[in-house]
Amino acid sequence: MSGDLLVQLFLSGIGMGFIFALIAIGLTLIYGVMNVVNFAHGEFLMLSMYASYLAFATWGADPVVTLPFVAVMMFVFGLLVYYLLVRRVMQGSMNSQIFATFGLMVFMQAAAQFIMGADYFAVRSGLLSGVLEVGPFTLPAPQLAAVVGASTATGALYWLVFRTATGRSLRAASQDRQAASTLGINVDRMYALAWGIGAACVGIAGSLLSNFYPVFPRVGAMFVLIAYVAVALGGFGSIHGALVAGVIIGLLKVLAGFFISSQLKFVPVYLLYLIVVLVRPRGLFGRL
Amino acid sequence: MYTRNPVGRFIVLFCLVFWLGLAHSADEVRIGALYPLSGQVAKSGEDTVNAIRLAVEIINNKYPDLGIPFAATEGLPALGNAKIVLIVADHQGSPETGAAEAERLIVQQKAVALIGAFHSSVAATSSQVAERMGVPYISGESEATTLTERGFKWFFRTTPSSRTQARDFFTFLRELNKRSKDQIKTIAVVHENTLWGQEFAKSVEGYMPEFSDFKLIADISYQQGTADVTSEVLRLIAAKPDVVFHASYDAEAILFARTYKQYKFSPRGVMAIGAAFGSSAFREALGPDANFYLVREHWSRDLASKNPVVAQVAKLYRDRYGKDMDGTPARAFVAMMTLADAINRAGSTDPKKIRDALAATNLAPDKLIMPWTGIRFDQTGQNDLTRGIFVQTLDGAPRMVWPFDQAAAKLVWPRPAGR
Repeated sequence: MSGDLLVQLFLSGIGMGFIFALIAIGLTLIYGVMNVVNFAHGEFLMLSMYASYLAFATWGADPVVTLPFVAVMMFVFGLLVYYLLVRRVMQGSMNSQIFATFGLMVFMQAAAQFIMGADYFAVRSGLLSGVLEVGPFTLPAPQLAAVVGASTATGALYWLVFRTATGRSLRAASQDRQAASTLGINVDRMYALAWGIGAACVGIAGSLLSNFYPVFPRVGAMFVLIAYVAVALGGFGSIHGALVAGVIIGLLKVLAGFFISSQLKFVPVYLLYLIVVLVRPRGLFGRL
Repeated sequence: MYTRNPVGRFIVLFCLVFWLGLAHSADEVRIGALYPLSGQVAKSGEDTVNAIRLAVEIINNKYPDLGIPFAATEGLPALGNAKIVLIVADHQGSPETGAAEAERLIVQQKAVALIGAFHSSVAATSSQVAERMGVPYISGESEATTLTERGFKWFFRTTPSSRTQARDFFTFLRELNKRSKDQIKTIAVVHENTLWGQEFAKSVEGYMPEFSDFKLIADISYQQGTADVTSEVLRLIAAKPDVVFHASYDAEAILFARTYKQYKFSPRGVMAIGAAFGSSAFREALGPDANFYLVREHWSRDLASKNPVVAQVAKLYRDRYGKDMDGTPARAFVAMMTLADAINRAGSTDPKKIRDALAATNLAPDKLIMPWTGIRFDQTGQNDLTRGIFVQTLDGAPRMVWPFDQAAAKLVWPRPAGR
C-alpha cells in the first residue's frame, strides 16, 4: 500500500462523487421547488444516454458535441412530463404523485426495452474516453468532465435561483404557492421551468456518462439510487448539499470498496445516511 | 362395430390404445424434449431445439456424405431402422411447468427418454419426475454442478458442469507454463456476486490444492449492476496478479475493460468464463481494445479446421434455420446423438435398457462435433471427458487458440501492455 495509491484512491473517489452529484442536482431542484420526488429520474438519464448514443451511431457526432442539443431536448422533455403528467396529479394526494412518476419510470424502461432491445450500446473512443495523467496519478476524463459539469451546473443554478428575477419567482412559488399567485407569479410556469431545468441537468449528466458507460434499459437504476441518497444526505432541495453529499458518497464507496470489500461498498454509504437522518433529519444542508 | 354396449366400447377403445402402443414400439422411438420456447429466453430455447431437430433429421434420413454415426442409414439400425419421433414441450423457463410437462411427455406421450432443459433449475425438477418414473434423462447444456450430485440413477449429462469449466483455466495455464520460461504464479478472481459468479469463484478456490503451483492472491466479489469498478481495479493494481479470472455480465465486462485501460492495469492475461468478454456488444463498444481478452467457450466454428464434420453440421444448421450455430445448440446436438447411440446399443425402447446402455457409453472424439476427448459417464452420470476451449479476440474476431493441438490461431501471450 503506497502513498501514491492512497492519493489515487481519493482522487478516484472524488471523481466518481462528482458524477453522482451531477445526477443528483436535477433531482434536488425539482424536489426543492415542487416537493415532488421524480422517481423516473434514472430513466431521464437513460433517455439522454440513448440520445447521445444514437447521435453518435447515426452521424458519428461525439457526445460532447451533441451535449447542448441533448440538454435542450431533455429540457423540452421535462416540460412535456410536467404539462402532460405531473400537473394533472398535483391536485391529488402525495401518493398519486409518487405513483405517477413511478409509473413513468416503469413505462420508460419498458419502452426502451421494446424499442432498443435489452442490448448494450456504447460510444466508442469518444472525446472524453481518455485519461489525464498528472505525475503518477490517473484522472479519468469522464470524471474530470463531471467535476467541471457539476460545479458549473451548481454555480449556474445558484445564479439563476438567487440572482435573477426568474429565480426569485421560483423561490416564491416553492415557498408559498398561493401567495406567489396572488402577487402575479405564474406558478404553473415556474413548476414547468423547474422540471425543464432538472431534466436538462440530467441530460448533461447523461451526455457525459455516455462517453464511458454502456447504455441499456436499466442503466438509470445503476446510478439513481445513489443520487436519491445524495439528495437526502445533502438535504432535500439543497443544490450545494447534493454536490457535497455526492462527493462524500463517491469517496466513501471507493474507500470502502478498497479497504473493506467490494460487496460491502454501499454499506458505509447507507450507514452514514441513516446516521444523518437520525441525528439531523433535514440532511446536511437542508432547511426544514 | 358401432356398438352401444359400454363394455364393447371399452374393448374397442382398449384395442385402439393397445394398437397405438404397439405401433409406437414397432417402428418409432418417442423422445420428449423440454425447452423454453416462450418467455425471456425463447430465442435461445428455439435455437437449441433446432439443433436437436437437426440431429433427429440426420438420424432418420440418409446423409451419406456426413461422417457421423447414423448419417448413412435411415433410422436406428439395431431397432429395424426405427425412426425417432421428437415431441417438443415448452416449459417457459418455469421449474413447475417443466415437471408437469415431463410427466405429460412420459405418461401421455409415451416418451422412452427425455432431453432438456436449458435452465438448470428446470432440469432439476423435470429430471426428478424422470427419476421417479424410471425414464432416462439426458442434458446437453444445463450446467449447474449440483445436477449430477444428487445420486440420481437416470440422469446423464454430456456438457461439463460449472465446476469442471473452472478446471480448464488451470489446465490452460499449466500448459502455458510448460511452454515458456515466463512462469505464471499468481491469480486474482473477479466475479459478480450472484449464484453464477459465486459458484465460479468457489470452484476456482476448490481447485487450488490440486493446482498448487498457482497462488490465489485476490478474490474480488462485486455487486452485480454496480456503476463503477474503480475500487475493484485499484485493489487489483495493489495485488499485482499475473492473471485475472473473470465472471462478469456484459455491462460490467465493458466497464472493467475500460477501467483497466484508464488505470493502465495490464496483467499478462485476462481470462473470462461466459461470453461477456467476447460478445459482439463488447467488441462493438471497445473496438481495438477488445483484443486479447480470452474467453472460455464450449465450441467454435474454428473446430472445423481439424474436424470437417463440424463444418458440415454447422452448414446444415445454417441452411435449415438461417442462423449460425453456436455453443449451446452444438452441445444439445451432441446430447441427442449420444442418446440415439445408447438407444441403438440397447436395441430396444425399454427405458431400463436405454439407461444401462447410456451408463456404458464410450464415444470417441471423432464421432462428435466437440473439442472433447470423448463421452463417458462417471458414477454420477457426468461426462468426464469434456474439455473446454479458449477463444481470443484477435483483430476484432474471436479465434480459437486452445487446446493448442486444435488451435486455429496463435495465442497472443502475454497481452501487449497498455491494452
